[in-house]
Amino acid sequence: MLDISGVSKRYPNGLLALAGLNLAVAQGEIVAIVGGSGCGKSTALRLVSGLDMPSSGSVSLDGTPVTAPREEIGLVFQEPRLMPWLTIEQNVAFGIRHLPAAEQVSRVSEALARVGLDSHAGHWPRELSGGQAQRVSLARALVGRPKVLLLDEPFSALDALTRGDLQDHLLDLWAYDRPTMILVTHDIEEALFLADRIVVMQPNPGRVRTEVVPPVARPRDRLNGEFLNWKYKLLRELDHASRPPSGDESFPAAAI
Amino acid sequence: MSTEIASTAGVPDAPAVRASRPDGKWLIGFALPVFLALAWEVAVATQIVNGRLLPTPSKVIMTLVDLANSGELLDHVLATLWRVALGFVFGVAAGTLVGAVSGYWTIVRRVIDPSLQALRNIPSIAWVPMFILWFGIFETSKVILIAVGVFFPIYLALSGAILGVDRKLVEVGRIFRFSHREMITRILLPATLPSYIIALRSGLGLGWMFVVAAEFMGAEQGLGFLLVDGQQTGRPAVILASITSFAILGKLTDWLLASVSARFLKWQDGFKPAE
Ligand SMILES: Nc1ncnc2c1ncn2[C@@H]1O[C@H](COP(=O)(O)OP(=O)(O)OP(=O)(O)O)[C@@H](O)[C@H]1O
Ligand SMILES: [Mg+2]
Repeated sequence: MLDISGVSKRYPNGLLALAGLNLAVAQGEIVAIVGGSGCGKSTALRLVSGLDMPSSGSVSLDGTPVTAPREEIGLVFQEPRLMPWLTIEQNVAFGIRHLPAAEQVSRVSEALARVGLDSHAGHWPRELSGGQAQRVSLARALVGRPKVLLLDEPFSALDALTRGDLQDHLLDLWAYDRPTMILVTHDIEEALFLADRIVVMQPNPGRVRTEVVPPVARPRDRLNGEFLNWKYKLLRELDHASRPPSGDESFPAAAI
Repeated sequence: MSTEIASTAGVPDAPAVRASRPDGKWLIGFALPVFLALAWEVAVATQIVNGRLLPTPSKVIMTLVDLANSGELLDHVLATLWRVALGFVFGVAAGTLVGAVSGYWTIVRRVIDPSLQALRNIPSIAWVPMFILWFGIFETSKVILIAVGVFFPIYLALSGAILGVDRKLVEVGRIFRFSHREMITRILLPATLPSYIIALRSGLGLGWMFVVAAEFMGAEQGLGFLLVDGQQTGRPAVILASITSFAILGKLTDWLLASVSARFLKWQDGFKPAE
């Protein structure tokens, strides 16, 4: 059980990025966070991962407060953040450096195969496309098989086809290990396809606007009528979330 | 590693590969010195100028050959190389350690950096009398003088470069719960490697500078001794032979350092100037 209670974050420059975020995620649950740019999604993941400390409130995993990064919590950053001086396989092995070499090799090749990059094992990060780099950083987080997986727009740089493939892979993996997942995404369809629950956030300051539990049975079909209905409903919700709370119409609704 | 080599070897015209292939273009660097040497040779031969104080290149080469034949040159070269090598190794080790620690721990930097910055502004030659008093006239004081010269560029470059490492990469290390040591050796040092290698090269250059000063302060052997000897016995050709040896050795060791380090920088994605 991952428990985020009353979490606020004020950055040193005075900006209040999150104000009183509450979210409880059950073991093995997949929660998607959607919301406009700058509403504090990445900030929330940083706090959950233990990378930053909240200004007030607390994050705890199975009852123990998260005060620093932990082995059982994996984070995929919004940017790939690969070490340019390491090859792709060395980058992926970064997170399992304590394992015996033979196990590292097999785990790394398995993780790279999962993201479709086994043929790039010996390449340098500079030789990858943006989407390929993003997939390597996903593999780097998966390879340690964390209990909690935090994903910050992991598929944002991918074409629809590759994205669909990776979503399927992620669900396979989830079916196998049942990690708890928090997935930040700008893609409503992705949220609907993957998540048990969708949290819609709104900015200034960042907080939860609503939570939606789409009653769409798994395995989900992206072209199913019910699925599409929910997609439109959520789009409308997001449109509202991005308007100023007063509903001032002089402010144009941001496109999602 | 080997797969990487295999995968780029198949690309026929990758710029990096082309640039490193010896194609004779580097020969152009010899044009100017060769022209000047010939001009001086002709000027002396036609007695436009007197070659007594500035001997001709051929005279210098002959002197070098004589020194080499008598075995004297090798002794001098080895003595000087050995001092530079020792001083360089100690200076690099100290500069790396202190630079890494002060770049990593703010408190250490606050304590030691101001003092080191102040010390840095003392011309190192000024230490010579002190070092001679402390460590005697023999090898120790020479090696220490060279090490001091090498230390500063390494320390400055490394502690500065560590502060410039991308926070985003450091956070990856934090997510994977790197220890302080892992953070330094697996992220900070590799990330600063390009500036570190430039610092090594300028440190080596200073090492060559300081070995001359060290050998001026009394030595029985070494290229610096040869300089003094040439002056005291009124043989400018010997002085120039020594200077030429310094130039060749300095260039050679720098080239060696650069080509060894290039292997570690293959990952770099830097600006490659057009030809
Ligand atoms: N290190 C920081 N210092 C100061 N302010 C920050 C910092 N990081 C983020 N912010 C601010 O906090 C707010 C939330 O940022 P955050 O990165 O969490 O947004 P986000 O929801 O992830 O946006 P996006 O969808 O564009 O990634 C933004 O207004 C941003 O300007
Ligand atoms: Mg973000």
